[in-house]
Amino acid sequence: MTAFIPDAPILIDQQPLLRVTAARRLYGSFVAVDDVSLEVWPGEVIGIVGESGSGKSTLLRMLNLEEPSNGGDYRLTLPGRAEQNLFDLDRFEKRALRARHIGIVYQNPHLGLMMHNSSSGNVAERLVVAGERRFAVMRRRATGALAASDFPLDRKDAPPIELSGGMQQRVQLAKAIALEPELLLLDEPTTGLDVSVQALVIDTLKRLQAERAITMIVVSHDLGVIRTLADRVLVMKQGRVVEQGLTDQVLHDPQHPYAQELVHARL
Amino acid sequence: MTRLSTLAGTWEPMSYAFLDASAKREVRRRMLKALAIPGHQVPYASREVPIARGWGTGGLQVTLSLLRPGLRVKVIDQGADDSVNAVNLRRFMMRTAAVEQTTDALEADIIQSRHRIPEETLAEGQILVLQVPDPEPLRPIEPDMSTARQMHGDADYGRMWLMLYEQIVRSGRVTQGAAYPAMVNGRHVMTPSPIPRWDLPKLHMARHITFLSAGREKRLHAVPPFTDVRPLVFDDVPFAVEDHATLTCAKSGLRGTFMNEIPLDDGGTLYETSDTGLAIKVLSTQGGTPQPIGTTWYPVTETQP
Repeated sequence: MTAFIPDAPILIDQQPLLRVTAARRLYGSFVAVDDVSLEVWPGEVIGIVGESGSGKSTLLRMLNLEEPSNGGDYRLTLPGRAEQNLFDLDRFEKRALRARHIGIVYQNPHLGLMMHNSSSGNVAERLVVAGERRFAVMRRRATGALAASDFPLDRKDAPPIELSGGMQQRVQLAKAIALEPELLLLDEPTTGLDVSVQALVIDTLKRLQAERAITMIVVSHDLGVIRTLADRVLVMKQGRVVEQGLTDQVLHDPQHPYAQELVHARL
Repeated sequence: MTRLSTLAGTWEPMSYAFLDASAKREVRRRMLKALAIPGHQVPYASREVPIARGWGTGGLQVTLSLLRPGLRVKVIDQGADDSVNAVNLRRFMMRTAAVEQTTDALEADIIQSRHRIPEETLAEGQILVLQVPDPEPLRPIEPDMSTARQMHGDADYGRMWLMLYEQIVRSGRVTQGAAYPAMVNGRHVMTPSPIPRWDLPKLHMARHITFLSAGREKRLHAVPPFTDVRPLVFDDVPFAVEDHATLTCAKSGLRGTFMNEIPLDDGGTLYETSDTGLAIKVLSTQGGTPQPIGTTWYPVTETQP
């Protein structure tokens, strides 16, 4: 009988997919995001929690390159891009990068969707922006992305305005993953949905994460969502990261007084 | 001592071709700029002319600033030379600028039109002026005009294909009838006025100059001669014009022209050639007075009516 010899532990020598250093965003003299640094490794899910006005959505919009920065360094480990500070790109490059490598789901579907176009058309928008000009391919890939986000395909040509809130979030999700982006940003993806629909959307997100190992950053004030989805958590207050760590660690044993307040706040 | 009256011109009740010199200079400068940047919309100071906005004020201002005595003008509205609007505009040009009128697309120097490009191929030296209600091709997808202008600047036209996608998903085919968007010179997307799809291919590598002018929107754009004009299409869904090629004109027996549909009392339909200039020449030839008929863009055949 041979002794069981476990494999030697594999050292993680991967580069982080995303590295933000000292990001800042000012609105006049008001500091919305103050000196935030963040590293995310491929396949990881990061949760950002904090009260309203703590800068978490602003940070997410900065990561989506739609919000300008007032300083800081933002790198994504993408072919040919690793050496560039993405905050410094011009708007053409920002647009191209956003279309190709970053997907986003907004809390308000009106921000992310054209409500009167068909749902499949909304998903296909990502493809045309990336240069796809074949109708059959657009149709097939839009349908595929909708199927991947558990959207009922018999309604794929219905305009989002006719759909329920949960369905609208699924269309947004399908649109975000249509081009298989490296980074998926979720801004309060389940806020405003009722609890059972919330659970279904979270199921879809978890399944996508398991199947495709998409790197996600989830902003939410709902600790339940964060607990279910995230590997690591950042707690933000007044534009600063006051605590970060593994989800269980932060949610069960918060150190910072504000994080303790947040975790213990229950209705 | 020089008397002021010898320096000033003799008093006239109005300027030649109605517009005063500064108005014409403004329009001409913008026309030159539009020619220099094919398909790009150039804003201009649109003046009052004695017709209502929406009845061809843009086209009229371009035509008036091009007129000189002896030119022959043709004015068409829905393909017809004898509709009220066309007759009015033509009479106005003749009164104010002493130009000659014609209904023959071959001998006209300037053709002002609302919905059609003549079936006979226009030649070098001819100028086609189209009256445009809305010069902005991005209007259906981007209601904010300053954003639309930025999209033109960035050549960010992806969402135009989304509009076509929606039409195919809804109706099984591209339903855009008039104002079908076209890429000019590989750079600017334009909307070619309310001309039908049928007429759009005629602009590609055309020998004549085309001006498209919107008086109310105060913008004009142009297609210079020998310019690439391509309708926006999917790679796998070809561009198709209206299926009028198999219809026969009830009056002249022409086949292969764009047709007007005439509903009959018994529920049936007749078709007549929309380009009356061509139809009249053909009818006149059939009646024993031969008229020269130019080459047409589409193959046109005559059958017995």
